[in-house]
Amino acid sequence: MNVLEFSALIGLGSLLAGFLGALTGLGGGVVVVPMLALLFHVDIRYAIGASLVSVIATSSGAAAAYVREGYSNIRIGMFLETATTAGALAGVGIALYVSSNAIAIVFGAVLLCSAYLSSRHWVDGAHVPSSKLAERLRLNGAYPGPNGKESYNVTGVPAGYGLMFVAGALSGLLGIGSGAVKVLAMDRAMKIPFKVSTTTSNFMIGVTAAASAGLYLHRGYIAPGLAMPVMLGVLAGSLLGARVLVRARVKVLRYLFAAVIVVLGFEMIYKGIAGRI
Amino acid sequence: MSAQDWNDQRIEVIIGALLRTGVLLAATVVLLGAIVYLVRHGGEIPNYAVFHREPDNLTSTTAILHGALGMSGRAIIQLGLLLLIATPVARVLFSAIAFALERDYLYVLITLIVLGILLYSLFESSG
Repeated sequence: MNVLEFSALIGLGSLLAGFLGALTGLGGGVVVVPMLALLFHVDIRYAIGASLVSVIATSSGAAAAYVREGYSNIRIGMFLETATTAGALAGVGIALYVSSNAIAIVFGAVLLCSAYLSSRHWVDGAHVPSSKLAERLRLNGAYPGPNGKESYNVTGVPAGYGLMFVAGALSGLLGIGSGAVKVLAMDRAMKIPFKVSTTTSNFMIGVTAAASAGLYLHRGYIAPGLAMPVMLGVLAGSLLGARVLVRARVKVLRYLFAAVIVVLGFEMIYKGIAGRI
Repeated sequence: MSAQDWNDQRIEVIIGALLRTGVLLAATVVLLGAIVYLVRHGGEIPNYAVFHREPDNLTSTTAILHGALGMSGRAIIQLGLLLLIATPVARVLFSAIAFALERDYLYVLITLIVLGILLYSLFESSG
């Protein structure tokens, strides 16, 4: 296989990953690294670099569409980004010292967790009283509901902040967006409405990934010949996925994609333990 | 409260446009680099199975700029990727200005912390 065929195949695989990721809301990043490592036998460190770049592209590309709807909360996003970007630096620091096999095992575990989290049905909780800290940080907000503006309060700020640091560290260590952990932090810990959580999380993913991508690029982890088809493929796929999202029935597809993620998760853990990554 | 909401909404629309432009620009540069790279190196055998750091001329910002001006396909791709990484940084910088215009100094400070971390990552060059 020469460079041309290799680039075309990886571009196609990334297109599919980005398409399904956008359609199911699970993000394409989580399958890019296992695809490169397991299918194309790419060293996991190159795979992480290429995946991070594609995560920035999809997050920034989709954010433009989300902000117009007025769901995302820039104060919540910016405040929590101090945690995710610091976490991302810590994640890169860890990645530089642990073995590829250890990274693969953690990656597999995160894949299994994301599949589990995505299979659960989220229901917005009742209105919560605002915490003192949330008020001082002006995190409470409002979003457009069916009957006009609906306001919401934020609570559990320290727990959410801590979870965000973990989400950032996982993003830096594994080259993924960590969208599932971010939504978990905002939706479960801080009781932020689901729609606000998901759109604000998407907004934060690009900034978090940028914090680690710069470090990786300067350390030689980002190979242009590999990152190029991954970035272009995932970006094109996610833009395409966002277009058909409105019309498609995604429930079956969601389960199917979650099943693929579970299989990849077990395989990453197995290969990591067997020392074959 | 409603004035703040309205301002936030307007700022977010501008930020959205900024992000989209940055991504499209970065993708265009990467695509250009891809064409040069594939024309010149399309017939070679790729090898990513064994990790060895990319050479210095593809990791430092000044060397990448230099290589891109010399029409090196790989350097042009790296330049596009640097533009992509810089896009969220520009977004954060813009947010800092917007918070300053709103006289929300607590959030100017919070945003500058995020900006500091991003700039450290983007310009730190030890390795």
